[in-house]
Amino acid sequence: MVTPGEPVGDDVARLEELARRIRVEIVRTVHKTGVGHLGGSLSEADILTALYFHELRVRPEEPGWADRDRFVLSKGHASVGLYATLALRGYFPVAELLTFDSLGSRLQGHPDMTRLPGLDMSTGSLGLGISAAVGIALGSRTLDRTNRTYVLLGDGECQEGSVWEAAFVAARYGLDQLVAIVDHNRLQQYGWQGDGPEHRLPPEAPGELRAKWAAFGWRVIEIDGHSMAGILDALTQARAGDGRPIAIIATTVKGRGVSFAEGRYEWHVKVPNAGEYALAMAGLGETVEATEEAAR
Amino acid sequence: MTLPMGRAMREVFGDTVTELANDDPRIVMLDGDLGSSTRGEVFQRAHPERFFQMGIAEQNMLGVAAGMASVGLIPYISTFVAFAVIRPLDQIRVLIAQPQLNVKITAGYSGLFTGRAGKTHQVVDDISIMRAMPNMVVVSPADDAETAQVLRWSAGYAGPVYIRLVRDATQHLFDSSYTFQFGAAVVLREGSDVTLISTGAETPRVVDAAEILATRGIQACVLHVPTIKPVDVSAIVQAAERSNFVVTIEEHTVIGGLGGAVAETLSEHRPTPMRRIGIPDVFGQSASNDDLLQTYGLSADRVADRVATLMTSA
Repeated sequence: MVTPGEPVGDDVARLEELARRIRVEIVRTVHKTGVGHLGGSLSEADILTALYFHELRVRPEEPGWADRDRFVLSKGHASVGLYATLALRGYFPVAELLTFDSLGSRLQGHPDMTRLPGLDMSTGSLGLGISAAVGIALGSRTLDRTNRTYVLLGDGECQEGSVWEAAFVAARYGLDQLVAIVDHNRLQQYGWQGDGPEHRLPPEAPGELRAKWAAFGWRVIEIDGHSMAGILDALTQARAGDGRPIAIIATTVKGRGVSFAEGRYEWHVKVPNAGEYALAMAGLGETVEATEEAAR
Repeated sequence: MTLPMGRAMREVFGDTVTELANDDPRIVMLDGDLGSSTRGEVFQRAHPERFFQMGIAEQNMLGVAAGMASVGLIPYISTFVAFAVIRPLDQIRVLIAQPQLNVKITAGYSGLFTGRAGKTHQVVDDISIMRAMPNMVVVSPADDAETAQVLRWSAGYAGPVYIRLVRDATQHLFDSSYTFQFGAAVVLREGSDVTLISTGAETPRVVDAAEILATRGIQACVLHVPTIKPVDVSAIVQAAERSNFVVTIEEHTVIGGLGGAVAETLSEHRPTPMRRIGIPDVFGQSASNDDLLQTYGLSADRVADRVATLMTSA
C-alpha cells in the first residue's frame, strides 16, 4: 500500500488491476441479482479504485473511525460500483455482493448508512449528497479534525439546483479540504434525443462543467476519468489547499469496460443476459467459470 | 380572565439555544438568512464560530445539517416553517429522517402568524407532513415556558426532531412547576361535558375558551398535546372517556394534523364522537393576527362558540 499523497510509481498497475476486478464484480452482481445501475457504476470504477485503494485514510476494520476521510456517493444509484469497491477493500465479504438489493441486505439499492458500516451518508435522491459532504467538511473543520471529504456526483446530477446551492456555500466557506468529483460520462438515464431514437446528446457542452464550477469559485481540475495516473495526479493536486474547494471533472465513458454498453444510454440501468454476461466477462479478461470459482 | 401574554417563542428560541450551546460545544446553528427574524442573531453574537450563514439556499442548508450531524455536531435550524420543512423536504427525508441524524429542525413562523406575510409563509400542513415521515418526531409547544423546556429536551434527544415555533408573543400558560415530558400530553382543566384537545399556541386560546364555556355552564376537559408524534394514546383515550365528546382545535389544517392523530387514536382505541376545528382545506391569506384568528375561528371566543354549537349538533 502506497502512502496517500506519495508518488505513485508502480502503484498504477496495481490499481488498474483492482479497477478491473471491481468491474468484474459490478457486472457479476448486476447479472446475478438482476438489478443495478451498470453504466454509471462502470464509469465511476477507476475513480472509486483510486479513492479507496490509494487516497482515502480509512480503516475497513474500523469503519466508524472518527478521523477517517469521508466519501459520499451523491450519485447514489451507482451503488453497485461502490459496494464492489468496498467489498474488495475489505469492508465486507465479496460474496455479500450477491445479496444486493434483496430483502434484508445491507447493500440497499441506494446506499443506506444505517445498514452498512463504511457508508458515510445515505443517498439516492440526486443533488443531495454534495450538501451533506459540505456539512461533513464544514463540521469536521469546526471540530478541528484534519480529515478530508470526497463526494462523487454524476454530470446529469449537476442539473439539480441544490448542487449549485452547495457549490456556492462550499466556496463561501473556503472548504479546500472538500473534493467534488464529477463522473462526466456524458449520458444520463434518458436525456435529450439526438440523431435518431438510440442516440443521445451529451447533457453539457464540452467545457461547460468546468466553466460552471469555476464560476462558483471552485478550483477545477479536468482529467480523463479512466487514466489511473491522471486520477492519482489530480487527487494529489487537490491536496494542496488554496482556500477553494476542488472540483475534479473526470471525463468518462458510461459502461466503460463492457464493449456493448460503452457510450450507450440504455445501459444506465439494464441487466446483461447470459450471453452478454459471458461477453462482458471475456472483455474484462475473466472467464465466467473463473468468476464463479472466485465467488465461492 | 384571559391568560396574560408571554415572551415570543422566537426570543425564547434565540436565548435558549444560545444557553444550550454555552454548555455543549457540539451545538451549532445554521441560518437561512433569517437570523434577524428568528432571533438566531442572539446565538451568532454569543457563538460566532458556531453560527453558519447558509444564505437563501434552504435545500442545501438541511443537507449541510445532515453532514454536520454525521460527524457529531448538533445543528439547530434557523428559518421559517415554509423554508425549513416544505422547501427542503426531500433533504429532510433522505438525509436526516431515514438515517436518523441528529438535526433539530426548529422552525419559526408556523401557522397563521407570519408577520402578515400571507399564504406563502403560512404553512398550514406541516404537522401532517412531518408526522407522516418515518423516524421524525413532532413537537409543538404552547408558550414561552414550554418552548424553553422543549428546546432543552431536544439537545439531549439523539435523533431528528421537528419543533414548531410561533413568531409572535403567545399567551403565557405554564408556571415554573411545569415540566415538559416528551411524548406526554397534559390535562390542563377538568370537565365532563366536552373534551377539548389542542396543541401549540392554540392551547392557551383553548384554555380561555374553556373558561368562556364555563360561564355558559359547560365544563370542558382540556388536554394539551405538545408531542404530536409519538402521540400520547392513553392520555387521549382517558380524556375522551371524561366526556364522550371530543373536539380538537389546532392552528393548522384539519387534515392529518392533531385532529387526524386524535381521530386515528380514538377510532382504533376508543371510538368516540369527535369534531375537528382548524383551518379548513384552504391556503392562508394576509391579515392581522386578530383578523386571522377571527376569520378561521381560532380565537378563544370563536372556539367557545363553535364548541357550543358542535355540542348541540352532535
